[in-house]
Amino acid sequence: MVVAERGITERVKKLRHQSENTAPSITIERAQLVTEAYRENADSVSAPVLRALTFKHLMENKAVCINEGELIVGERGPKPQSAPTYPELCCHTVEDLDLISKRNKIAFQVSDEVKNAQEKEIIPFWKGRSMRDKIFKRMNNNWHACYKAGIFTEFMEQRAPGHTVAGDKIYKLGMLDIKEEINAELLAMDYTNDQDAYAKAEQLKAMAICADALITYARRHAVRAREMAAVESSAERTRELEQIATICDRVPAAAPETLWEALQYYWFVHLGVITELNTWDAFCPGRLDQHLEPFYQKDLKESRLTTYSAKELLQCFWIKFNNQPAPPKVGITLKESGTYTDFANINLGGLRPDGKDGANDVTYLLLEVIDEMRLLQPSSNIQVSKKNPDLFIKKAAHIIRKGWGQPSVFNVEAVIIELLRQGKTLVDARSGGTSGCVETGAFGKESYILTGYFNLTKVLEITLNNGVNPADGTLLGIETGNPRYFKNFDQLLSAFERQLNYFINIKIEGNQIIEKLYADQMPAPFLSLIIDDCIKNARDYNAGGARYNTNYIQGVGIGTITDCLSAIKYHIYDQKRFNWDEMMYCLDKNFAANEVMRQILLNKTPRYGNDDDYADSIMQQVFKIFHGLIDGRKSIRGGTYRINMLPTTCHVYFGSVIGATPDGRFAGKPLSEGISPVQGADFKGPTAVIKSASKMDHLLTGGTLLNLKFSPAVLEGEKGLNSLVHLIRSYFRMDGHHIQFNVVDADTLRKAQNNPEEYRNLIVRVAGYSDYFSNLNEELQNEIIARTAHAKL
Amino acid sequence: MKKGLIFNIQRYSLHDGPGIRTTVFFKGCPLKCQWCQNPEGIDTDVELFRHNQKCIHCGSCMTHCHEKAIDLTDSGPLVNRQACNRCMECVDICPTGTLEMAGKEYSVNEVVQAALKDILIYEESGGGVTISGGEPLLQYEFLLELLLALKKLNIHTAIETSGYCSWEKIKEISKITDLIYYDLKLIDDNSSRIFTGASNILIMDNLERLVISGANIVVRMPLIPSVNDTRDNIEHTAGYLSSIGVKCIELLPYHNLGSVKYEGLDLECPFNYRPNSELIRQASVIFEANGIYITSEG
Repeated sequence: MVVAERGITERVKKLRHQSENTAPSITIERAQLVTEAYRENADSVSAPVLRALTFKHLMENKAVCINEGELIVGERGPKPQSAPTYPELCCHTVEDLDLISKRNKIAFQVSDEVKNAQEKEIIPFWKGRSMRDKIFKRMNNNWHACYKAGIFTEFMEQRAPGHTVAGDKIYKLGMLDIKEEINAELLAMDYTNDQDAYAKAEQLKAMAICADALITYARRHAVRAREMAAVESSAERTRELEQIATICDRVPAAAPETLWEALQYYWFVHLGVITELNTWDAFCPGRLDQHLEPFYQKDLKESRLTTYSAKELLQCFWIKFNNQPAPPKVGITLKESGTYTDFANINLGGLRPDGKDGANDVTYLLLEVIDEMRLLQPSSNIQVSKKNPDLFIKKAAHIIRKGWGQPSVFNVEAVIIELLRQGKTLVDARSGGTSGCVETGAFGKESYILTGYFNLTKVLEITLNNGVNPADGTLLGIETGNPRYFKNFDQLLSAFERQLNYFINIKIEGNQIIEKLYADQMPAPFLSLIIDDCIKNARDYNAGGARYNTNYIQGVGIGTITDCLSAIKYHIYDQKRFNWDEMMYCLDKNFAANEVMRQILLNKTPRYGNDDDYADSIMQQVFKIFHGLIDGRKSIRGGTYRINMLPTTCHVYFGSVIGATPDGRFAGKPLSEGISPVQGADFKGPTAVIKSASKMDHLLTGGTLLNLKFSPAVLEGEKGLNSLVHLIRSYFRMDGHHIQFNVVDADTLRKAQNNPEEYRNLIVRVAGYSDYFSNLNEELQNEIIARTAHAKL
Repeated sequence: MKKGLIFNIQRYSLHDGPGIRTTVFFKGCPLKCQWCQNPEGIDTDVELFRHNQKCIHCGSCMTHCHEKAIDLTDSGPLVNRQACNRCMECVDICPTGTLEMAGKEYSVNEVVQAALKDILIYEESGGGVTISGGEPLLQYEFLLELLLALKKLNIHTAIETSGYCSWEKIKEISKITDLIYYDLKLIDDNSSRIFTGASNILIMDNLERLVISGANIVVRMPLIPSVNDTRDNIEHTAGYLSSIGVKCIELLPYHNLGSVKYEGLDLECPFNYRPNSELIRQASVIFEANGIYITSEG
């Protein structure tokens, strides 16, 4: 299957081709530079300054790359598709590198030099010093047992906190302006009365070093561009290279004045953030359409650009995201995780800070870019407010209908109420949006870190076994009673609540230690430049310097646990069709001798996703318990705990650690994803699914994820397109947070599974992000096929 | 309160009227159109329906049946329709849903409650409730009460009818419902008797009267290969519509997705043609040449 290269101009086509066809590889450059910087400075300076000097060393020495024909410059590695490593966070073993280079999916080329350097230089220096080693050493036995059993995951053992998004600051201030702010704070420091003054000053000095370092990095690109211009044969390209040089001299030192400068400035900041540390969700420009609009209009007015040339710039910008595969993980997480996606998620539409409709000319231009580029990265979403016209949603729906998974759709009014409930101001809430998969945040002003997925169904399994983990027979939880003696369903729920509380305490105790380790030892002075009010507070992003600080724990498998509890309530307590002995026996035997019972559990139980209050009210009870145990707790950096309901791909891993469950699920099979119903449990169509899902109080969360899969036939024609808009509006009227659509038929997917070569370009929505179908492992592929196709014949 | 016999309540219906709708399928039909794709909608009583592909051969149904009406074969349950007394206990017993009940009694309020589940979605999409079948007018009193109840709630309603009923009944219904989808299958009475089991005189008579009364009607024609797709029938239909003042028609493509349902009911499938998407285009040309516009659905 020959696919014509996408892109508005030949240049874009070539760059896109390069991005799509370059094999990802690992570069040792960053690991070596970081190791050099630590050898030089680790024992002589404070932690923030050490991190700043490390950043400076990177910015002064990392290779400068300007690809042929490109307009926006700068790569994370020495070339496109080259991923650096972060040994100060987690250090790959030689075996890890072997696995990365040899596996079929999500592979990275690893040269012998890289392996050799890793073994001889990097591993010996970082053994015991990486954050991962330190974290694992500090966690107690209970934590380790739970982690191993798959009760929860830990986000910060492989990547740094980040989970944040740029606001509008960088479009107004250059790094030199920001340095002035820093100097003003330094001058105002009160060393005699403020006991934190020394620490604050160290932090501010570190930030200033980082601001200079980014300017240096940009100017190195200017130098390179001029060198290239000197030997360039094409007059047109020579002019472009000279222009690139001028731009890199100006930004990020000064505030941008044109669209090109604004894009280049953001891109340097992006590279700064993801080079400083391997932050979760990489980094993201957030409300890009609103940030760029003034530059775009000014350029048009002053004839610097046409819509056509603006689009070319934006397409070049898009490709830069796609050139940066997510750095591979280590250890067991490496085996489980499979995506090149680094979760930058661009927001379009929504409201302006003053509450007016935010969809503008750039919004529509970007929708065209998304459609024409069809790239894995960056991810994109539309922010839908009641004030946005249907025209806006329809334009996006045209793209959604094509079935490659972008953009996803968010409810602005819900996001704003979620943020207000958490104490943000109205303006900060309106300037916020969603990032990563579905996470709500006040852009440019909040550190909202995800700390780990929580396996709700595993906790139920342990409750059913009176605290014992049936996987290995050990007492993992607390003894909350043998369910056989529970007189009613409420007793079971209350046992589950006590069990859950026990595990959440273990998780949060662990989180506190990790948070302190990051605050003390792994500050992010560069990221702190970008996020308000780190400078004003003279505090690091990782130490609570942001205006708002939030910690999330993400509940996984609400559909599965609801169906499990519904099956128990319905068949054991209400209908008395089975008793506890029969149930526990069948679960223990993985339904080996009793397919009849399994079928009854599957087919004759009120299940979540069908707008049936019997099941949906149980979902509400579980949600209330989970929310009640977490929401409002305090973290040591001054943050507040909240919940999210999203899985990424963790529902597959979490399912693999759970035996057979009362909903008729076989041992080891995936759990339900996000707040979607169990795969195949919903049979009343999409309106019933959105009704069930909206019975959860989304406004008490920081994000929920609902996936609806359609066969293309359903969405055909004007009528089908309108129905998509109406489903979105209806769900959002019921306070739904997010909805995404997979538009492919099962046959197409099966064909793609059997002939991956022919379907290399097939992108599907996984869970809050899209991926190439051919890159998913078989289990995930099967799951996507199994998700109910709401096909109407 | 009168109860209605209903064989399906389908949410998220996009093709039975404006917006997103809930379609309520009334069970029982006075016609026997050979191409019928909802055979479970014809009989006026509850029926036992088999989905044998779901069967796991557990034998629960056979063991439980008081009338010994079920035998288990390699391909799933075999129902002796004469012996079956339609008690439907096997439906509850069956673990997989292989055995299903086609048709269930509902009160007006139960249907209204089911319809209200998507009221927000009707409001957002300009949708509502469509009563289909079977033939809704066969359960006239229940239909009347249901439409009145929905009207009271300001929910948009539509009915899909064959028009085969007394004028008095359809007249009353036309005053309440917002939209009538009216099937015009065959213009020749003899063919109508052969293919639908009934004369079309009443159907055409009712249509003319409805047009005169000013009711909101959409005339529909399911286009059935080698039954009513002939140039002759289409030209006659177009001429007839012009003569009574109807300017447009909606054409429905024939499909054979319901043929498997006959097996589930142990009925002979009387008609099974390959669908042909060309037919609609060809018929459209003839209609338009004869002054009748083609409207797309909804």
